[in-house]
Amino acid sequence: MLKLDEIQKRLLKEVADLHKVPEGAYNIRSNGKSAARESTENIEIVPREDGQGLTVKIKAGTRNESVHIPVVMTESGLKETVYNDFYVGEGSDVVIVAGCGIDNCGAQDSEHDGIHRFYVGKGAKVRYVEKHYGSGEGRGKRILNPETEVYLEEGSTMEMEMVQIKGVDDTERSTKAELKEGSKLVVRERLMTHGEQRAISTYDVELNGDGSSADVVSRSVARDVSYQKFDAKLIGNAACSGHTECDSIIMDKGRILAVPGLEANNVDAALVHEAAIGKIAGDQIIKLMTLGLAEAEAEEQIINGFLK
Amino acid sequence: MLELKNVSFLVSDTENDKEIIRDVSFEVPDGELIAITGPNGGGKSTLARLIAGIEKPTEGRILYDGEDITSMSITDRAKKGIGFAFQQPVRFKGIQVFDLIRLASGKNISMADACNYLSEVGLCARDYIDREVNSSLSGGELKRIEIATLLAKKSRLSVFDEPEAGIDLWSFKNLINVFQSMRENIKDSSILIISHQERILEIADEIIVLKDGQLSTKGRRDEVLPHILGTASAVPECKKVGVRGGDAKC
Repeated sequence: MLKLDEIQKRLLKEVADLHKVPEGAYNIRSNGKSAARESTENIEIVPREDGQGLTVKIKAGTRNESVHIPVVMTESGLKETVYNDFYVGEGSDVVIVAGCGIDNCGAQDSEHDGIHRFYVGKGAKVRYVEKHYGSGEGRGKRILNPETEVYLEEGSTMEMEMVQIKGVDDTERSTKAELKEGSKLVVRERLMTHGEQRAISTYDVELNGDGSSADVVSRSVARDVSYQKFDAKLIGNAACSGHTECDSIIMDKGRILAVPGLEANNVDAALVHEAAIGKIAGDQIIKLMTLGLAEAEAEEQIINGFLK
Repeated sequence: MLELKNVSFLVSDTENDKEIIRDVSFEVPDGELIAITGPNGGGKSTLARLIAGIEKPTEGRILYDGEDITSMSITDRAKKGIGFAFQQPVRFKGIQVFDLIRLASGKNISMADACNYLSEVGLCARDYIDREVNSSLSGGELKRIEIATLLAKKSRLSVFDEPEAGIDLWSFKNLINVFQSMRENIKDSSILIISHQERILEIADEIIVLKDGQLSTKGRRDEVLPHILGTASAVPECKKVGVRGGDAKC
């Protein structure tokens, strides 16, 4: 049965907005083990034989159901690699909420590497939410390296919302996607790094079918002496449309590298990349100060809005 | 009451100094609506920015209710009751119209209250309250939202820098109604408007003409207006503007 301490509960709230056991199918992984699991009639969650991950099978036609698979880690020095495979049946419409929260009070690094593969059936629609959060005063780093692979069948849609706002020291995120005819990938990434944190995000999206489209947008803030790299590559192999955007605010001595990558292998591929990096515009701060906010409060409001 | 005493503002570049404002003194008494006009480049906007605290005078003093606020920050002036509507409103990615109105009001106002401010400036609240204050809004829409933030702020002294500029699909009549209702609703509130528009000058209690950074004329409306009509300081409303005005209909 589900037994979580207060820190674990707080982490769950941060990464999955969960206050209690979620409705629908779920698996809660805590310190390397499954703490609770529930399948439903349409969504089956099966542990892998090696214990390091899950296979989630969603029946064709499943609609308006959700899967929660949050991970919480509170033991310092724990390192794990978890493989989760999702098979989303044709014509279904589901929400999948993942996310990882690490609280590291110790001196050793804690690391969770989640490798997620999504096989999205014809005409299916998935909304995927993944939040990362770190806390704890220990010297040990909180490290998250998610790898995501997305295979979209004809006419399917995947919307991904990836959020990492606080407390994760080191991230290397890799997202690969292959899109068939008429399928659609939408990614919204929101990232804030502070202190000496480092975050690298790499996208490799292959648009293989006519009428497929991808829209990858990252909004990020780099504070203190943190470093970010946004490397988004779109490959247009068909009559497709693709757009990537990196919109970033730098503060203090933060550094950001945006690497545009567009490869068009078909004359009807239309690919666009946009990138803008800069500090907060002075007139934005002044405007909020004329409303009575102090300079630091104004910056906070601007960043909160930007990452909303 | 706001008092400017011998205020000057000098901008220095590598070669020479340029005096944008030269020895300007005037008062904005409580309850009065003062219009500042004058030719382009005469220093009007700079004067407004000096009052809001965005720029600091190189000489002279600014007093508010008798207190010297010359070196006071923008934030502290805003807290003391000075509001400022930008000539070119600022855009923000992600911040919604409701957020801006809530921040302006300084408290957790309800959605319904925020909507009232939008209705006052002729915007259908339902269509705008959730919109981001970003480049998807037109210049005219932003300008009206800017005015709505000042309504929400309920300042005792509100400074408007060319509020009519870009208010395309709305009429002057409505804009003037906004100023009138501000005077009625905020006790002892005074309003300072920078404008060349004859119709705005017509509602002022006092008109100040600023030319080459200096105060060239100052007096009650009835004394000053006849002398400046037909000059660049008092231009009639463009015939194309305001014909499709009216209150917002949802």
